[in-house]
This record gives sequence, structure tokens and C-alpha cells, in this order.
Amino acid sequence: MADIVKGTNKDEKSFIPASRERLTGTELGTAVVTTDAFENPGLPPHRQRVTDTNPRRLARAARIVAWLFYVSIALSVFTIFAYMFFPIEAGDTTSIRLSTLYIGLGSAFALFAIGIAAVHWGKAVMADKEGVDERHPVRGTVETRARAVEIFKEADEESGFSRRTLIRNGMIGAFIAFPLPAIALLRGLAPMNTDPNNLMKHTFWKKGLRLTHDPTGVPIKASDLTIGSSVHVIPEGLLDLPETEMLNQKAKAAVLLVRLKPGDLHWTSEKRKSWSYDGIVAYSKICTHVGCPVALYEQQTHHLLCPCHQSQFDIANECAVIFGPAARPLPQLPIAVDSEGYLVAQSDFDQPVGPSFWEREK
Amino acid sequence: MSEKKNPSPRKRGRRSPIAIVLLVGIGLLTTGAAYGMATTATASADIDLSSPSVIDQGGRLFAANCATCHGMQAQGTQAGPSLIGVGAAAVDFQVGTGRMPMQATGPQAPQKPVQFTDAQVKALAAYVASLGPGPSIPSQSALEGGDVANGGELFRINCAMCHNVAGAGGALTEGKYAPELKNSAAVHVYEAMLTGPQNMPVFNDLNLTPSDKKDVVAYLEYLKANPSPGGLELSAIGPVSEGLFMWVLGLGAIIGLTIWITAKSN
Repeated sequence: MADIVKGTNKDEKSFIPASRERLTGTELGTAVVTTDAFENPGLPPHRQRVTDTNPRRLARAARIVAWLFYVSIALSVFTIFAYMFFPIEAGDTTSIRLSTLYIGLGSAFALFAIGIAAVHWGKAVMADKEGVDERHPVRGTVETRARAVEIFKEADEESGFSRRTLIRNGMIGAFIAFPLPAIALLRGLAPMNTDPNNLMKHTFWKKGLRLTHDPTGVPIKASDLTIGSSVHVIPEGLLDLPETEMLNQKAKAAVLLVRLKPGDLHWTSEKRKSWSYDGIVAYSKICTHVGCPVALYEQQTHHLLCPCHQSQFDIANECAVIFGPAARPLPQLPIAVDSEGYLVAQSDFDQPVGPSFWEREK
Repeated sequence: MSEKKNPSPRKRGRRSPIAIVLLVGIGLLTTGAAYGMATTATASADIDLSSPSVIDQGGRLFAANCATCHGMQAQGTQAGPSLIGVGAAAVDFQVGTGRMPMQATGPQAPQKPVQFTDAQVKALAAYVASLGPGPSIPSQSALEGGDVANGGELFRINCAMCHNVAGAGGALTEGKYAPELKNSAAVHVYEAMLTGPQNMPVFNDLNLTPSDKKDVVAYLEYLKANPSPGGLELSAIGPVSEGLFMWVLGLGAIIGLTIWITAKSN
């Protein structure tokens, strides 16, 4: 500010070095003067186009541009007719395809023709002489700058912004307070009255729930499964829930049930073995990597492949990870057989299903 | 054709060299067509899988073509599994789609041209079925008139993770793959569900009931009969082919246009 006021008595030329001095923080003469500065190479020599030298080519280019505009008009008209003559008829998917195809192609190429015509016009027909427009200085004149300061002062005076501190501070406070509700509202994105950790640690499965077919809900008997079978399973009673809740629960409780030869299963403990029944095992379908449904089961290799990131689990070895980014084996659902021969859950999973989260181990 | 205005002495009186190729071609086509008609005629005839003569014929075919790996009594060897109790459906699927006899060991026996006539396939099936009880070949009535909507839901739950929701197939582990189902015959799809060939799980009649299987078959037949409503489906294998198409052709077109816009006119 002081500099500008000081500069008002000086003329324009003497003012500019002074400002440069201020910017670099050094006095002129002490700065390193480069001797190998890159010289302005100037413009390349003007090259004439064919359309500049040959009037017939110019006329042809002009004709092409005009024709492209006519083509665009024709395509726009075509689009209108396509809408009229290829209507979408309820229940007929082919009519949707034809309608969107012709309307899309017509309008896209109508616009495309305008673009091509405009570019071709500019490149081949319009004059293309090179010209130099010097950039004008960004800095205003000394008078303008002084007047601007004056206006600010006047405005401050008239509004009383500096003088009436009560109003000013009130306004600043209001501006600060205004975005606060938006931050508070973010709380609404998290579950309100339940602990989200708890939600992730428990599923719909509990002791005695029968294993049922997805999507019918028909309970499964152990004798229904032959060796090599794989069944997609939901818990009994899941289908009685309201739809949103049902889907939320299904997303955690989905299970893949397979039957192997009992001798093919390798267990690390008798306890884990007791979670299976005669070669029938049930594993969570939710990948421990990022939660995709893992269900690509190969009945001879007993491998289970996740289609999203190629994690592989070995059902014969307690679903250990044998390939890919998953960090943990798939959780096993402990199963047993009830007095009627139906498969039931012994309990919920012994650990949270799906991907890791901060409080998982607590 | 060679007798034009100026017949050269060398060519006069001789056939055009193309004539020989044409003659051989016509000969081959006629023989092939006649053979094809003859075999179709055999295939359409009903074969009684329980008749001793058919079983006997199947046994001889088995000994000549399958016993090397599966053993003379189909009891299985180091090279191939036992076939006792796999049923006629398994044989009809494996041999009827050309997967067996296997050409070379590998991660998976691929589909290839069928090596036997339909009658021979049925005879082999009859022989294997006679060794022990197993799933039989579904009748035509078990394949027709299913509910497409229910079949679609069952397909998405039980099949789509490997075979793709549009039946386009997909990759499995270590070189194995789930084949595409767009060209599979309904009877083979049914038999595959019933028997669980190779690494495919078994979907027995208590898991997917015969009516469920009929619905799944109906869904696949519906997919075959109805073109993709979105137009060009790029083999329906999802983001890979679609991404490749857009990255190469779409971006290529944009780059080409950009170069054209900024290039100086001649």
C-alpha cells in the first residue's frame, strides 16, 4: 500500500524497476545476470495452404463444408422420423433397441457433422495469417490503483464496517456458524441407536436355525446332498423379514454348502471337525477381502474362487487362502443335523464375516 | 471357358485346372451330405437303452475307445475315474459334446467335434448305465415348457457366478474355465446339472428339482432365441471386452480427431 502511494508522484517507467526490486528482495545489480538466455525464435515462416494457392481447391473445400452442414440437417430430420417410425412398444425389447439406435446415431452424427464442418471451415477456408497480439500489462495505472483504494476507504467509512464492530463481528460469527449444521448432519450417515461394530460382528444365524435353499426357503436335509453338490443357503426365517432388512441380513448370512468325501477334508482340530457333518461343510459366501460373494466352486479341486480379485480358498483345508489378496480364511458356519434329518446351525459364525474393520479383533 | 477367340495350342482340348478342384469339391460335398443325411436318419430313430444288443454294442465300443483309461470293466485306473454308477446322462454329456474321449491330459477336457454317431453315443451310454444305477438321459418332455422367469432367478443364484449371467462362460482357477452355454443343447445342459461333469458341482434332483432344471433350460433357450436388447453385446463377457473396445476404438477415435483438429491444413 505504502509503495503505491509513494509511486503516485513518479511516472510509469521509473515505477516498474522499483516494484521488481521489491519482489526479488534484492537490489538491482546484485542479481545473477544470465548470459545464455533463450532467445525468442519468432514465428515460423508463413506456409501457404493448397486452398490459398488453388482457387478450385478452395471452392471444393467450401462446398464440402456446406455439404457437411446439409448432411447435419438431413440427419436431424432423420432423427425426428426415426422417433416417429421406430416407436418403443411395451414388452418388445427389439423396438427399444431400434428406437434408441436410430435416434442415437441420427442425433450423434448430426452434431458430429456440425463439428467436422466447423473445424474444416476454420482449417481450410478461413484466413490463416499469423498475427501478434502483445499481452497488455496486468497492472493498472497509478491513478486507477489510487482511486480503488479511495473507493474502499469510502465504502468502509459509509458502511461503518471498521467502526461498528458489533455488526461486523456478528456477521463473521454468522458466516462461521452457517456450515456447522452440515457437519452435524453427517452424523446421520452412521447408524443412530445401534453400535455399527455390533452389526458387523453378528449375522442372522443362531443355534438351531435350519439351513434353507436360496431363494425358496425350503429346508435342506443332509441326505439331499450327494458328493460334489453345492447349495446356496439362506437361514430359515430370513424370507419373513421386510424386504430391506431381509437383503441387509442376507448380505451377511449367505452361505455356501458343499459335500465332499469325508476323507478329503483336513481339520486342524476336533472342534473344527465337529462343525461339519459327514463331509458336509458350510462356509460364509462373503469374501474376507472386500466382501464379494465367493461361490465359484470347483468340485474336484475343492477350490473356491472369488470372481472379483481372484482370491482362492481351499475348502479341503478349512477354506485357507491359497492365492490372492484375501487375508483370512472364510468363516465356517458350524452345522449339525436335527432329529428330523434337517441341517441346522450350531451357532452364529465364530468371527465376523466379510472384510476387515478397525474394531474387528476387539 | 478356355475356348475363346484365341485358343492357345497348349490349352486346347484340356479342362481348366479349376475344373479338377471343382469336381473333387462337388464329389466331397455330395458324399458328405449323403453321409450326413444317413447319420441324421439313424439319430432320429429311438434307441432302446435297455436292449441287450445295444448294451453289447456299447460294451465293444467301450473296450475299443474308453477302456485304456477307464479300465476294461470301467472300474477306473490311474488315468481315469471309475464309471460304475455315473449313469447314461454322464456318458451322453461327455461323449455327446466331444469332451470324451479326451485328447490330452490338461486342466480341463475341452469341448471338441463329437467322435461318435448319435447311435454309438447312446450305445456307450446304455453300456455304462448297465454297470450300475445312475442318472438317465432326460426325455424331451423334461426339457420343454419351463418357466423362464424362475429359471432366470435360479440361474443367477446357482450358475451365473461361473457361467456369466448371459451364459457367456468365464475363467476359473489354473487354466480351468466354465464354458459358454449359448451353443449348448438343452439336453446337455440338463445332463450337466444332473451329473456335475469335471469341476462343475452336482445339482441333483433334491437341490434343483426336475421342474427347476426345466426352468433353467427354458431360461437358456430364451437367451438363445432373444437377441441382446442393448445391440452389440461384445460377447457379453462384461467390462473386459467393453473396456477394451472403448479404450482402443473410442479413445483411438478421439486421439485421431484431436490430431486432425490441431494439424495444419495442407
